[in-house]
Amino acid sequence: MRFVESRKTFIITYAVLGILLVITLLPIALLVINSVKPHAQIVQNPLAWPEVYRWDNFVRAWNDANFGRTMLNSALLAATTIVLVCTTGSLTAYVLARRKVKSWKVITFYLLGTTTAPIQLFLFPLYFGFAKLGLINNIFAVSLVYTAVYSPFAIMLLRTYFLAVPRELEEAALIDGATHWQVFSKVMLPIVSPGILTVALIIGLYSWNEFLIATTFLQRADNHTAVVSFFLLSGQYSSDWGEIMAAALIVVLPIVILFVLLQRRFIEGMAGGSVKG
Amino acid sequence: MHRLFLVPTLAINAIIILIPAVLTIALAFFRWDGISAPVFIGLANFQSLASDHVFWGALINNIIWTALFLTIPIAIGLLAATLMLVARRGSAFFQVIYFLPMVIATAITARIWQGMIYSPLTGVAGLITRAGFPLPSPLTMTSTALYGIAAVDLWHWWGFLCVIFFAALRQVPQEQIEAARIEGATFWQTMRYVLLPGIRPTITLMMIMTIIWSFLVFDFVYILTQGGPAFSSEVLSTLAYRNAFYDLAVGKAAAVAVVISLFGLATTAVYIRLQAREYAQ
Repeated sequence: MRFVESRKTFIITYAVLGILLVITLLPIALLVINSVKPHAQIVQNPLAWPEVYRWDNFVRAWNDANFGRTMLNSALLAATTIVLVCTTGSLTAYVLARRKVKSWKVITFYLLGTTTAPIQLFLFPLYFGFAKLGLINNIFAVSLVYTAVYSPFAIMLLRTYFLAVPRELEEAALIDGATHWQVFSKVMLPIVSPGILTVALIIGLYSWNEFLIATTFLQRADNHTAVVSFFLLSGQYSSDWGEIMAAALIVVLPIVILFVLLQRRFIEGMAGGSVKG
Repeated sequence: MHRLFLVPTLAINAIIILIPAVLTIALAFFRWDGISAPVFIGLANFQSLASDHVFWGALINNIIWTALFLTIPIAIGLLAATLMLVARRGSAFFQVIYFLPMVIATAITARIWQGMIYSPLTGVAGLITRAGFPLPSPLTMTSTALYGIAAVDLWHWWGFLCVIFFAALRQVPQEQIEAARIEGATFWQTMRYVLLPGIRPTITLMMIMTIIWSFLVFDFVYILTQGGPAFSSEVLSTLAYRNAFYDLAVGKAAAVAVVISLFGLATTAVYIRLQAREYAQ
């Protein structure tokens, strides 16, 4: 779209966009510069450029938050959730997109409905039930919870990818004697694989960042996720803000790098999934 | 055959969400500490909520929160999205930066604001205070705690709306915009009569989702203040969590969860109504 505007309009436009940019970046900049400062210098002035670089903030953060273990837990939890959501979700999305069952409408509405339900609506019986079955502190059990919570979003997003596949492809394969399973796995899945990749990225992001469920179900220090161990480090074990910001940067950095590299996928997936849902 | 394809999704959903949700609704009519046998007490949980000023305070806080998020981030998001249309150059860059807070974990965003901005010792607020302009942390005062938390959530949230509105604005048919321009409409007139009506469905949907999400808000409140000081920033979801896991009043927590869900249900019903009317026209 082209708008021919006066010079003044342009200046105001960029000024406002610039102010919003500064507001967005200021807390992130504070995170980065203070992660290498000693606590005393943060107390002096959190906005100042570091005078000395305390790289050992990162070493202490890594050890105190037990990131060697908890980052691995987070990665395992995210990976399991991604696999579960993508396999079960793509099956359901295909059936719903192609209206293969009579009840497709009811199921679609039901799944959309669960996205608006508060976690507290199912959290308490689930917690006490898991406790009875000995599933507290079980990463696989938590990934099942994540799968149930994130699936509706993933299915609605994947559905749009399945809808874009021409019907003729499917029909041709059926005429050639392919089974329904072969049509799904050999014809449809390869075509929608970009959509599955997008879903995998976003589900990975959500699982990595999730707080409420992780802090409720994973209580033993050995089973904490990175976000929970960061939360505990910053709340109880440390009042050295240099170390806390270093820990925050360790948890955030993998995500931000991925986001910058694959921004279009993240933005389209997160924005598209909630608009077209 | 295709019905089998649905089994994994629906089975996981039933075990994790549907059955526990039904149990929660049932539990709302029981007294239960999570360990001993539940005792049926009828509507007593709801009655005790009705006479509990913390519950009403939390409900009012949720309503204030909804009002804040229906206005501020939607206005900023719309403004920024429109300006990105005008700016032409750099819109992809602005979009990525504005979206960035959305990918940072809420626990981390909360701690950055707590320690680096609000803290009287290590934060920017402390620096300003020491420079002679007293600026106490909003999180420590009953009158401002909720707004202090809302500011953090706003910072994290508005960019998401901006990106969604920007995507919707770019889908407004080119001919309509050109027609308006040929007629001599200024940019703001084009905005008012062409662009905004063009993206109205998106704005409506985002407002509905805002209302639903405003009643679900948990992370930032729980991490920044735990609902304090003196319950001044308590919202329904943190109240339910505290009731269940700290006070072991699971029945009462279930009753609060049911109240939250009713708000979501009512909002969804209004939305479906609106959609139906739109289709009927």
